Amino acid sequence: MTRVKTSMGRRSFIKSSALAGGGMVIGFSWLASCRTETTPEEVAMTMPEEWFEINAYLKIGDNGLVTIQSPNPEFGQGVKTAMPMIVAEELDVDWKDVLVEQAPFNSELFGWQFTGGSQGIRRRWEGLRMAGATARQMLREAAAQAWQVPVSEISAAKGILKHAGSGKTAGYGEVAAAASKIPVPEEVELKSPGEFTIVGSSKKNVDGKKIVTGQPLFGMDYQYEGTLIAMAAHPPAFGLKLKSFDDSQVRSMPGIVDVFQIKTLEAGYERNMFDTDTFEDLVVIVGKTTWEVLNAKKALRVEWEPITETKFNVDAFGNKREVVIPAGFESTDIHYKKMKELAARPGRVARQDGNPEAAFNKAAKVIERTYTCPFLAHNCMEPMNFFAHVTEDYARLAGPLQAPSLIEGTLSARLGLPVEKIDIEMTRMGGGFGRRAYSHYAVEAALISRQVGAPVKLVYTREDDMTFGIYRPSYHATYRAALDENNNLTAFHVKAGGIPESPLFANRFPAGAVDNYLAEEWEINSNITIGAFRAPRSNFMAGAEQAFLDEIAEQAGKDPIQFRLDLLKRAKENPVGENNDYEPERYAGVLELVREKSGWGGETSATSRGVSAYFCHNSYAAHVLDVVMENGQPRVEKVVCALDCGIVVNPDAATNMAEGGIVDGIGNAMYGQITFREGAAEQQNFDRYRMIRAGEAPREVEVHFVKNEIDPTGLGEPPFPPVFGALANALYKATGKRYYNQPFITDKALIG
Amino acid sequence: MLNINGTQREVDVDPSTPMLWVLQDHLKLVGTKYGCGIAQCGSCTIHLNGVTTRACMLPVSAIGNQEVTTIEGLSENGDHPVQKAWLELDVPQCGYCQAGQIMSAVALLKNNPNPSDEEIEGAMNGNICRCGTYVRIKKAIRLAAKSS
Repeated sequence: MTRVKTSMGRRSFIKSSALAGGGMVIGFSWLASCRTETTPEEVAMTMPEEWFEINAYLKIGDNGLVTIQSPNPEFGQGVKTAMPMIVAEELDVDWKDVLVEQAPFNSELFGWQFTGGSQGIRRRWEGLRMAGATARQMLREAAAQAWQVPVSEISAAKGILKHAGSGKTAGYGEVAAAASKIPVPEEVELKSPGEFTIVGSSKKNVDGKKIVTGQPLFGMDYQYEGTLIAMAAHPPAFGLKLKSFDDSQVRSMPGIVDVFQIKTLEAGYERNMFDTDTFEDLVVIVGKTTWEVLNAKKALRVEWEPITETKFNVDAFGNKREVVIPAGFESTDIHYKKMKELAARPGRVARQDGNPEAAFNKAAKVIERTYTCPFLAHNCMEPMNFFAHVTEDYARLAGPLQAPSLIEGTLSARLGLPVEKIDIEMTRMGGGFGRRAYSHYAVEAALISRQVGAPVKLVYTREDDMTFGIYRPSYHATYRAALDENNNLTAFHVKAGGIPESPLFANRFPAGAVDNYLAEEWEINSNITIGAFRAPRSNFMAGAEQAFLDEIAEQAGKDPIQFRLDLLKRAKENPVGENNDYEPERYAGVLELVREKSGWGGETSATSRGVSAYFCHNSYAAHVLDVVMENGQPRVEKVVCALDCGIVVNPDAATNMAEGGIVDGIGNAMYGQITFREGAAEQQNFDRYRMIRAGEAPREVEVHFVKNEIDPTGLGEPPFPPVFGALANALYKATGKRYYNQPFITDKALIG
Repeated sequence: MLNINGTQREVDVDPSTPMLWVLQDHLKLVGTKYGCGIAQCGSCTIHLNGVTTRACMLPVSAIGNQEVTTIEGLSENGDHPVQKAWLELDVPQCGYCQAGQIMSAVALLKNNPNPSDEEIEGAMNGNICRCGTYVRIKKAIRLAAKSS
């Protein structure tokens, strides 16, 4: 037990939301029972007659059932199960007596309700423990008062309070009413990790049953009486904007209610970092059913015209910066030509240690390699969509959002409604990967609803979704390494850039491990919009850097794992420079674990192995990936992964997340790309955008976690970036060819 | 008249309307998902007389008397062996594509109760999962094959 000061507010009543009211035409309850998921036979839960709210996160029923609010939106990373587990742990309640609800969007009660950056569990860890621990303390105090004994003599475990001296016991439900009146304690005891019984033991996804039976959960499933369907036409290429449209044919088509133009951002509005809005002027078609609107959208005639260069300021969490959107039509071949030109010039120096130039001049051997990657579309399986019902003085919104607080202000400004008059319901997201942090579609839905005077669900077609921008940028990185006559790495130089941003992390490994180090960066403006994509920038840099280290190790005649471990030893014992953005010991830890678990060095002749490791989002990941050749085509047979993300809350779900990150990484490295011709994306749907499929996914992925008692860190992103490097290194072993440019495979026919 | 999950349902729609939108908009059976609209991703997989079909490109006029099964009609209590295997191995991440995955897996096992790894991969290649849950999907199919 550790005694800590609490920071829980007094019972902070959940804003009674109009969303809880009627109007739903089908059952749309967020209530998920943990019990039905943990027992094979369904057990009917008897609901309590009365609930007592102990704090914003939890209420206890008079029969001992506990409802826990999961504060962050869920997009498949499992927080809706893991976050309540943390509360339940400190509350010390039996998991089968827990019901889980998606918390309403309410920053006052729940703080930063953001899903992204692998920060969910890390940032919530202390607060969620506090929510459970203070409640437990209040229950103990209530029991102590009822039994007239000192609170120190009351124990609480698995939902039962006990007084050893008198033998008295009571369930949490019996004292919940009294506990709800106890002042929030100023100090509580938190368990030590060794005392955990729920955290660290695998629990099933609380929404599993609903998912496998097709129950409504997602924004696309959202039903509300009288809802119309809306779709929006945007320019077919970047560099174009709306000129005019002719709706004469479309208006008379069956089921069509209205056709009009919307402007999503008003002139002069200062955007935040997530107000990325590729196309501000859209032509909207509203109708009764999806099929009717789809047909009308095809028939709509729109004229587009070229944009002129624009500049605007973006408020990046207090830092203002100017963004330049150039005119013109961009193409992928021009992009690569320009990147090559920029890479040949000196960049902006982001970090320098020692004297790199002198070291390169003195080197016995210099290795230089260049790596590139294309734009990528997020391709969440659930396309962007949003529900809105906006009246003169109130907006009711619902849909998939990673960060409702990032769009609340934009909505308020654009609708001219105070935030108190805007209710946002967070539905389960059919994937996010960063895309749903840019929720311009919520503003679009709201404007459409206001204009048409009815509840509306805005639906993006797959083509709309894939061609709207907000892509993973295209990047370019040139690495140089100097080896002395004893094959020691004496200098390391990275120069990285991209369209329209640089991917460089100047202070990451191998910075700190090499005496002479230089990191430079550059960027090229573009009118193609970009956004965060699972492990932004790391998703390119890890692959490039780890493939380059593999080549250095080879040229130096060293084992690739031992080569990295030697560098990490240097960084630990005698680090070069300051601000090195990693802990060498933990970094080495995952490499050592993956070496042991994969049986490194003992591979068979049929299998080609690659290794890679990376640190990002506060966690460490290392992979050993095995490729086999089948009919001249490489296939990933198996991946062994080692992760250090501190305490693992829900191990099986965490393993699933790592497996998914690995498969996703293989897919994007092998096949993913958006290319442009005359400003238009050449991939608009899954017939031309190749996604990894079942037959291309490894048959086996082994995930091993480093066991420690460090507070949890990121998990959704860290296993993803190093896959690109492990794959490139294994492909080299399999084919004798180094892979520098993603996607690695572009010639195989698409599967229908 | 349509035979959906063993029930006769009447809908008044344009005959060209794809079955996906009949299910979603008219019958409020939302488990069958829109993913691409061009039969490439498998999110809208349903069974037509027990055979997998992509509902997004299947006009309602082509259904006739054929039996339509959607994820909602796969089992009464969500206890089809494939659904149970999916829960047992906690397959889903975001969950959006999983109804389509399950429908494909059910049809595979019906025709081939003991499929090889290659046969599983062949049958599941039409269903995309961006979360990358394929490793578990394949395991769950092997588990369901064993237990049914």
